[in-house]
Amino acid sequence: MTSTAERAASYLVLGLAAVLALYPMLLILVTALSPDQVGASGGLHVENFGTAWEQGNFGTYVKNSVLVSAAVVLLSAALASLAGYAFGTMQFRGSSVLFYLLLLGLMVPSEAVVIPLYYDLKSLNLTDSYFSLVFPQVAQSLAFGTFWMRAYFRSASREVVEAARVDGAGHGRIFWSILLPMGRPALMTMVLLVFMWTWNEFLLPLVMITDESLRTAPLGLSNFQGQYTSGTALLAAGAVLVALPVVVVFLFTQRHFIRGMVEGAVKG
Amino acid sequence: MQHSRGAPGQPRTVAYLYLAPALLVFGCFMAWPLLRAVWLSLFEWDGLSVGTWVGLGNYVDVLTDPQLRAPFVHSLVLVVFFSALPIVAGMVLAGLMSRARLRGSGFFRTVIFLPQVVAMVVVAIAWRDIYAPEGSINDALSAVGLDGLARAWLGEPSFALMAVGLVGTWVGTGLCMVLFLAGLAKVPRELYESATLDGAGPLRQFLAVGLPALRGELAVAMTLTLVAALRTFDLVYVMTDGGPGRSTRVPSYEVYRWSLEEGKVGYGVTIALLLTAAILLLTIGINRVAEGDRR
Repeated sequence: MTSTAERAASYLVLGLAAVLALYPMLLILVTALSPDQVGASGGLHVENFGTAWEQGNFGTYVKNSVLVSAAVVLLSAALASLAGYAFGTMQFRGSSVLFYLLLLGLMVPSEAVVIPLYYDLKSLNLTDSYFSLVFPQVAQSLAFGTFWMRAYFRSASREVVEAARVDGAGHGRIFWSILLPMGRPALMTMVLLVFMWTWNEFLLPLVMITDESLRTAPLGLSNFQGQYTSGTALLAAGAVLVALPVVVVFLFTQRHFIRGMVEGAVKG
Repeated sequence: MQHSRGAPGQPRTVAYLYLAPALLVFGCFMAWPLLRAVWLSLFEWDGLSVGTWVGLGNYVDVLTDPQLRAPFVHSLVLVVFFSALPIVAGMVLAGLMSRARLRGSGFFRTVIFLPQVVAMVVVAIAWRDIYAPEGSINDALSAVGLDGLARAWLGEPSFALMAVGLVGTWVGTGLCMVLFLAGLAKVPRELYESATLDGAGPLRQFLAVGLPALRGELAVAMTLTLVAALRTFDLVYVMTDGGPGRSTRVPSYEVYRWSLEEGKVGYGVTIALLLTAAILLLTIGINRVAEGDRR
């Protein structure tokens, strides 16, 4: 139904788009592998990654990002599953009001809350801490997470729940032993998206963190680039280290990723 | 037992127990700071001493002072690059991919979507190099003999904002394409085939069959990209720091600058709330229109 010429034209356009999409990323990768000092020998300088990790402190930044992301993902997944279970399978007074309140959180940008949070947490001596990075991001992820898990629990098979109830299973067991294991794909999608958002988050750490040893990966990278005017090999190596975890996770789980972004958005 | 749709079981008070942890965190770190923001927007406050009540004075200033209002105008420029261009480009790419059933379409989808998952700070650093005086764009221009057009793209007020915007196009195109692909996949192939029999060319086919099916996805793409445009922060902070001059100051950047660098928290918070209001109105408005059309 499509002619050869048309296919060729399609490939040309798609190929061009792919090249444009990849070029900036490949540029960073190539710079990261180039000699850091002028006059150094050619070849691939893989040691730049080690230097950035050690001397550029990216080891610390990445460790902080791993800790913060893990905490945010675990807490959001737990709280959103519990709340989604209540919204999806139970009737109670105020359920729609509470649900719309959470939905509002889906639309409120973090810009609106980060400044008051900063001054409040500062007066409690809680800025410059993992606490100030974890809980605001859990709150920001909860709107999407609850919404997403509620959709899963609503769609979960009614017969399974009824059968379990006849067998005498309470709401706790139905949640923990039946519905949650069945909902692993939904949970997985949510976990991946929350991981990506948390890992890449920049404004919150920028506002909350001044202590260098607590910088997350994007914040550390931004500070590193502030010290050097032009793109150096070490800066590029740091950039690769910051981007790589999410890119790798995406490449292995892209079906989940894309499904979450498409369906999550369409339902929203 | 009577069940309402979607809610098995009797009314349960235990539901509140399941909700409590989420609501507690949400209340403390989202709802409460939002209310605090509204309160702070009514004061002139430097973040340290006691604030002065100014009522709606900050709102009047932000909406009337050209210097305070300029960042919102800059946002409108970014909307063209973050929203309009990716939607058009994404639609072209999705149209090509879904029509011809090309081999390797999975590869193209992955690669073109990839910019969406890379940390914005990394994206900003890559594009700073590309726009640099010795960067790829100027190299390419001189390679084709257009040295005269070469310039420091982020150093000139008339180009910097568009240069930042173009990065938004680069990031957003893949997301739009994937959304539209999902929408087009739902169109029955027979519709295309009957359009072909009617003698419609590829473009006419797409306009007659594909586009009408994309109403919902179009609304989603508009919402997501508009919000991304209005919330641009990382790119500006890393690439231009609001400059040269004030040419790339955008609302989110101003929230940060007024609140934490200039000691005018009232202005910063007011801009944040106006930004929030704009996002809420756009999101609700776009979805209303999309749903109205569906009925």
